[in-house]
Amino acid sequence: MSDSPAVAIHGEAHGEAHGAAHNPALLHHFAEPQQQRDAASLGMWIFLATEVMFFGGLFCAYLIYRRWYFEDFGAASKSINATLGATNTAVLICSSLTVVLAIWAAQTSRRALLIGSLVLTMLFGVAFLGIKGVEYKEKFEEHHVPGASFSFDRVPIPRHPDQYANPQHAQIFFSLYFIMTGLHALHMIIGLGIFTWLLIMAWKGRFTPEYYTPLEMGGLYWHFVDIVWIYLFPLLYLIDRHP
Amino acid sequence: MSDHSKSSPLKMYFSVWAALLVGTIITYKAAFLELGRFNAAVALTIATVKALLVALFFMHIRGAHEKLLKLVVISTIFFLILLLALSMADYGTRLWS
Repeated sequence: MSDSPAVAIHGEAHGEAHGAAHNPALLHHFAEPQQQRDAASLGMWIFLATEVMFFGGLFCAYLIYRRWYFEDFGAASKSINATLGATNTAVLICSSLTVVLAIWAAQTSRRALLIGSLVLTMLFGVAFLGIKGVEYKEKFEEHHVPGASFSFDRVPIPRHPDQYANPQHAQIFFSLYFIMTGLHALHMIIGLGIFTWLLIMAWKGRFTPEYYTPLEMGGLYWHFVDIVWIYLFPLLYLIDRHP
Repeated sequence: MSDHSKSSPLKMYFSVWAALLVGTIITYKAAFLELGRFNAAVALTIATVKALLVALFFMHIRGAHEKLLKLVVISTIFFLILLLALSMADYGTRLWS
């Protein structure tokens, strides 16, 4: 097991890559920029697969309890502000657009558009969290946060105004609501951190039409968080909106 | 991932963005209509169409040339469906529930 062949291969790949591509962003253990991009992309998608299973378990718990306590879930869901939820959906969709615009700007060397799009994405992200905060405040004031001060007395069930929802079952809904939207919000906060770093890199002029992989990977993460919200919105806010 | 040809993807990006916003408005409005058990079906169908639009066009799965990447995406969806379908097949068919 001599290490001389490895050194030879290493040296060859290194020299060839730098000779052919002249790309300072190309790491020495990759043969060419395309291979480096594909490796990053594959790793990111495998990470997103673990994220899908992570949120998938919560969606599964939600589905089981929703099936068991549908009327109570309907009553609890109706107490959440659906207009704020819909607004937040639109805010996230707009932020996904500015993410693809940022990548396109890097591909076409448009510095102002790149930095503007990244700043807009972060502003949309902050707006989302702000609206979420208003929503949480409403829930705190209504005593809908699971715990000792939880209260959901005499709330009629949709379609059956003469019947009241079971507060214990409604509390399960609000537990799922706070865990799912809370973990989603945590992902948004992490996303804002990633985009702060991307903005600094963009400001320093690190991204070129040949190298913008961090933008693409950060974008994949942001779009994934958007997709989670696309499902959370109808499942949590719109279970049964009828009187 | 994307080719550096002269054709600009901007028109596609803005069309997808508009479709996603329209989908959100339809989801919101449809929730207040009396559709019985189809309320959930409509909401989840629109959500899935929106998720596919984001994945295919914004996350560029449509233009991906790598088979390994497609394998990862398809297995992710497969295992998610396995998790949800098998769990619901159990809990959904228990007579005592």
